[in-house]
Amino acid sequence: MGWESWIIDTLKRALAYGTPLLWGTLGEIYAERAGVVNLGVEGMMILGALSAFAVAQSTGNPWLGILAASVVGGFAALIHAFFSVTLRANQYVSGLALTIFGLGLSGLLGTSWVGISLKNPLPKATIPGLERIPILGEALFRDHSYLTYIGIVLAVVLWFVLYKTRWGIAIRSVGESPSTADAMGIDVFAVQYLCVIFGGILAGVAGGFLSVEYRPAWTEGMTAGMGWIVIALTIFAAWDPLQAVGGVVLFGALYHLAYRLQAWFPPEFLKLMPYAFAILVLAVAGLRKVKRGAPASLGVPYVRGQR
Amino acid sequence: MKRLGPFVFERRLAPTRTAILGYSLLAILAALVVMSFIFWAYGVSPIKAYTVIGRTTLGSRFGLMEILRRTIPLLLCGVGLVIAFRAKFWNIGAEGQLLAGAVAATWVALFSGVSGPVKLPLMFVFGFAAGALWGIIPALLKVKLQVNDVISTLMMNYIMAYFVKWLIYGPWRGPTMRGFAYTDLFPRDAWLPLIRYSKVHWPTLLVGLVAAMLVALILSRTRLGYEIRVVGDSPDAAHYAGISFLGVSLWVMLLSGGLAGLAGVGEVAGIHHRLLEPDHVSLGYGYTAIIVAWLARGSPLAAIITSLLFGLIFAAGDEIKVTLQMPFQITGVFNGLILFFLIGVEVLLYWKVGLVRKGKGWVGKAGS
Repeated sequence: MGWESWIIDTLKRALAYGTPLLWGTLGEIYAERAGVVNLGVEGMMILGALSAFAVAQSTGNPWLGILAASVVGGFAALIHAFFSVTLRANQYVSGLALTIFGLGLSGLLGTSWVGISLKNPLPKATIPGLERIPILGEALFRDHSYLTYIGIVLAVVLWFVLYKTRWGIAIRSVGESPSTADAMGIDVFAVQYLCVIFGGILAGVAGGFLSVEYRPAWTEGMTAGMGWIVIALTIFAAWDPLQAVGGVVLFGALYHLAYRLQAWFPPEFLKLMPYAFAILVLAVAGLRKVKRGAPASLGVPYVRGQR
Repeated sequence: MKRLGPFVFERRLAPTRTAILGYSLLAILAALVVMSFIFWAYGVSPIKAYTVIGRTTLGSRFGLMEILRRTIPLLLCGVGLVIAFRAKFWNIGAEGQLLAGAVAATWVALFSGVSGPVKLPLMFVFGFAAGALWGIIPALLKVKLQVNDVISTLMMNYIMAYFVKWLIYGPWRGPTMRGFAYTDLFPRDAWLPLIRYSKVHWPTLLVGLVAAMLVALILSRTRLGYEIRVVGDSPDAAHYAGISFLGVSLWVMLLSGGLAGLAGVGEVAGIHHRLLEPDHVSLGYGYTAIIVAWLARGSPLAAIITSLLFGLIFAAGDEIKVTLQMPFQITGVFNGLILFFLIGVEVLLYWKVGLVRKGKGWVGKAGS
């Protein structure tokens, strides 16, 4: 195999594996930019995966499945927003509770869907014109899921909104200094609620991608820790939607390269690679001193009239 | 002070013990109420469900023993997590640390060549060391490279689970197990004694109770305990007091991981007598222990009570599966609900509720 097809293959697989990570990470970036850590990504994703599969299988329309996943993810995030923003509960614990709850509930409700393969998975698409670019065209613009293309476009849009619009300023100032934002007339609670729910919608879609496209079936615990990798990637991307694309592709490529080693290593080692990479990626972020880019009030509940 | 209808809410600095107990019970009650709806939606009468659970767990010797058996790993992991949470180290990795202990114990039992009465103590020592090692790595990563502790401890659970899978499918697969993914059965000198007609390996239970008391002493009476509390309550103050963040983190995770490792020794030496699939070695005890520790609110002795409570929930989960034909995952739903309600009522803890009385002046805001 020539090096060209090797690059094409790696990029292609990296994007496919990275798509749910990208959606999840973009959502978490917005929640954290507004100052709310949501460790419930894994729970929101798995609930999204189950609802997407159930709806796609019952209606025969995978897009309705994705829609259902986004609604369910949004509602799950609403629970977290209520506890962490309104009740000012510990955000870490609230997120963990959401993950435990989501994994449990999806396991409980999903029993009747186990072992069925989806009739109509999400279709793939090729972008005419762009696919003709040598190497890159074939790797990036041919036979990918619609959600992959939308995810990348979304990353650019979300970057633009975050850095170039008034909304973005509002979100970032809420995450940096909620009291200042409040004094500027920004409704801190509304911004936090919206960002957390938006994050949940994206996490739901990420889960839906897994069950109606990546592996079109429902298996219990099928997110397999991807929600946690999302949180690692959020830090690695320094809370920047464009860097998230880079982080996700890098992560996907590492995963795929590990997969290439299967002739030499036992399968269990390949399966633990993504988790080891997640730690590695954070260690690299630590060396790069990414933490300086963290929203200053991340994880701190806002109490009006204090400080 | 705030008014809401006929009630007044007054802020208070530190919640009383009665308030903590009362509100914790309220949270559990609320979770039980929501659970009733889930039973009902599943087509099972909630009254019947709770009666069945009560009868089969608390109402029989067998049931009580099942509760105790589940309590053991929850207690050891829970006490360990209490230490970690006191220092605000987010150890979500008890599950992996437990498995590390199980692996080390298996090595001693099957491959070390040691035999006789020193074998079991040695398994506990190695189990503690392996759990501690698995705990220290995230501590180093956090202090030296600012790697988020939630992520690193969690990822290491997955890494250890796949490591165990590799062992049982690969080099440690038992030749006498006819192709099943187990190690060979431990020789008898590596089996923990049980309470008669039960699966309660009492030595581990004893170790757990002693650990709870020792940790209570460490936290309240020693220099290390003092430093742990300062680091947890105010990292800035710790810095100015010259407390080594690295030192405290390492100690905390050594103890926390080590105790979880002991839980792993208990599971393989007391119940399974071999190493097997990671989700059979532990049914998520390391994750549930997070709630055990959170409910115990930083008190290792309270963890004895809270681990019994979650031991009951695990035993109930088994019964629900067998008697009511509902999936075991229902325990996850319940655990998540309890955790939500616990942090929900936490807000109430810092407010004193009373009835409106006339002529009462303002009470100064107590801060948070």
